[in-house]
Amino acid sequence: MSPNADGSDGGPADTVRQVTGTGVPVRGNDVDTDEIIPARFLKVVTFDGLGQFAFFDERFGDDDQPLEHPFNDDRFQGASVLAVNANFGCGSSREHAPQALMRWGIDAVVGESFAEIFAGNCLALGIPTVTAAREDVEALQAFIDEHPDAEIEVDVAAEEVRYGDTTIDASVDDAQRRALVDGVWDTTALMGANADSVDATAASLPYTDD
Amino acid sequence: MSEGTLYEKVWDRHAVTELPTGQSQLFVGLHLVHEVTSPQAFGMLEERGLDVAYPERTHATVDHIVPTADQSRPYSDDAAEEMMAELEANVGEADIDFDDPTTGRQGIVHVVGPERGLTQPGMTIVCGDSHTATHGAFGALAFGIGTSQIRDVLATGCVAMEKQQVRRIEVTGELGDGVTPKDVILTVIRKLGTDGGVGYVYEYGGEAVEAMDMAGRMSICNMSIEGGARAGYVNPDETTFEYLRGRDDVPEGETFEELREYWASVASEPDAEYDDVVTIDGDDLEPTVTWGTTPGQSVGVSEPIPAPGDLPADKRDTARSAQAHMDVEPGDTMAGYPVDVAFLGSCTNARLPDLREAAAVVRGREVHDDVRAMVVPGSQRVKAAAEAEGLDDVFTEAGFDWRNAGCSMCLGMNEDQLVGDERCASSSNRNFVGRQGSKEGRTVLMSPPMVAAAAVEGEVTDVRELEPVPEVRA
Repeated sequence: MSPNADGSDGGPADTVRQVTGTGVPVRGNDVDTDEIIPARFLKVVTFDGLGQFAFFDERFGDDDQPLEHPFNDDRFQGASVLAVNANFGCGSSREHAPQALMRWGIDAVVGESFAEIFAGNCLALGIPTVTAAREDVEALQAFIDEHPDAEIEVDVAAEEVRYGDTTIDASVDDAQRRALVDGVWDTTALMGANADSVDATAASLPYTDD
Repeated sequence: MSEGTLYEKVWDRHAVTELPTGQSQLFVGLHLVHEVTSPQAFGMLEERGLDVAYPERTHATVDHIVPTADQSRPYSDDAAEEMMAELEANVGEADIDFDDPTTGRQGIVHVVGPERGLTQPGMTIVCGDSHTATHGAFGALAFGIGTSQIRDVLATGCVAMEKQQVRRIEVTGELGDGVTPKDVILTVIRKLGTDGGVGYVYEYGGEAVEAMDMAGRMSICNMSIEGGARAGYVNPDETTFEYLRGRDDVPEGETFEELREYWASVASEPDAEYDDVVTIDGDDLEPTVTWGTTPGQSVGVSEPIPAPGDLPADKRDTARSAQAHMDVEPGDTMAGYPVDVAFLGSCTNARLPDLREAAAVVRGREVHDDVRAMVVPGSQRVKAAAEAEGLDDVFTEAGFDWRNAGCSMCLGMNEDQLVGDERCASSSNRNFVGRQGSKEGRTVLMSPPMVAAAAVEGEVTDVRELEPVPEVRA
């Protein structure tokens, strides 16, 4: 019995072939991880409860009064598909960023492009980061604004995003697609099975003493 | 795909096998650990009943939350104390070497690794920190990872990775007076964009890079991630080998010579093929500073700030909001931009040569009345070495605060933070909104000598144009 990627014990990691849910648009290029979760909220030893701090400094003013932000907007509460623009998640390697989004309710992100470490961190949590052309992403964001209750289907296996009568071509990084669709994203279990080969590789390197 | 590059060679030697996802399982030669991104990973291990597989290849220090003023325990910040206690418990249980503040070796993880000689050419190095690319300065393949990947490395000694393309960044010529490696990397990011490096590893080379000391090479590799590249490296050479000779964790005698042979062998071949090559003329560079809220938004100190409308369409909105936040006008230069705070520190620029260069500017001058200025050495050893040559006196006599080692105001996770809409001349690596602890705060990235010049003038100043100091003061 191999453990799940979230650390809980029990059956093999789930597959993530498709995510369906309502959307929430967060606009802007180069949205960085300090925006997604400011550093002061990293002073924790677990990821529990981080959802409330997602985009905190953009959602709340100096006296913690709520500001206008999609994550505060009643229409988007309960959303699970986040629609973003280019280079989303740039900056630090903090997994706290996708953890905060996931704990707020996000199960998939659709955008023009993603920073690499961020996308890798999402994959470790089973969150697809799906890319599409700029016009298509902007159209999706506009659709969500007009139809906050409409379901968005993020089809990882078919590399499509569907909403209303529209289907857009999307791309999922090859390794990410295989990992999610085949349910092989528990890298600790996958790599742990190859311990003998790891020792052989270590022995072949001039700088390891063991 | 590139061929004959250091990247290919180091990758191939560390590839264990291919995973069902198509990713490679890559053996990790050195895993560096700090207090912010590791506790959850240790927690995940415990939940699964797994042990740390290779404690001997794992090293820890504490940097992000450590106070730089009063370091007595328990720390006055309860959250910081809890994180420190958690790290102590985790590394103690797993028997991981820990450079805590009582060892005299504590510091920013990307300063400590090289300083101890843990960082060596031809290694794979990971750390739960995006500035891990710093170690690439030694010809190592080094990259930042997230917490779930830290769990992977702790449990298996490996990471799952996809192979990337290699872009050679050739910096020709010679850097002029007052122009530093920081100006080179800010220019690279400005030219190629904050996402230009996605999917790439950057190989930095050319005369100007070869002429740099290890601190300079580290500054450049450090900010690879700001250009979207997860890793950056410089081919190892005599400068690298001589830096490493005699360090704590570098073997001596015959073993050193054997290792050196390996180190030299991993350098890219003269006829290596790259996926892309970009050339930057080092002779043309001037001190460079940021005007906006991404590290790509920079100009030479004498150049006008661009009008958003003159930028590519996809950069305009970000530029507009950045200029509003920073309170700068297109057409103006950054020279003359008032500063309230000067921060000399961070994994980019807090090594001994950085402090020396800044001290050379500060010597005989005084911090401007309206500026609070601080120096946060990159490690306890940097601090001690600087004190041994009297740099602390140079800074304190000028009015700088001389602090203990840590990440400090680079990201505002300890008490060192901007207040309100303060403007900060900073030798760090990110000018994101809120990065330095205040969401109204404004960060201008620049080199250590430029931070020193801004501190004494109270505004962004071309360090080359400072009035000379009368000889008598020195």
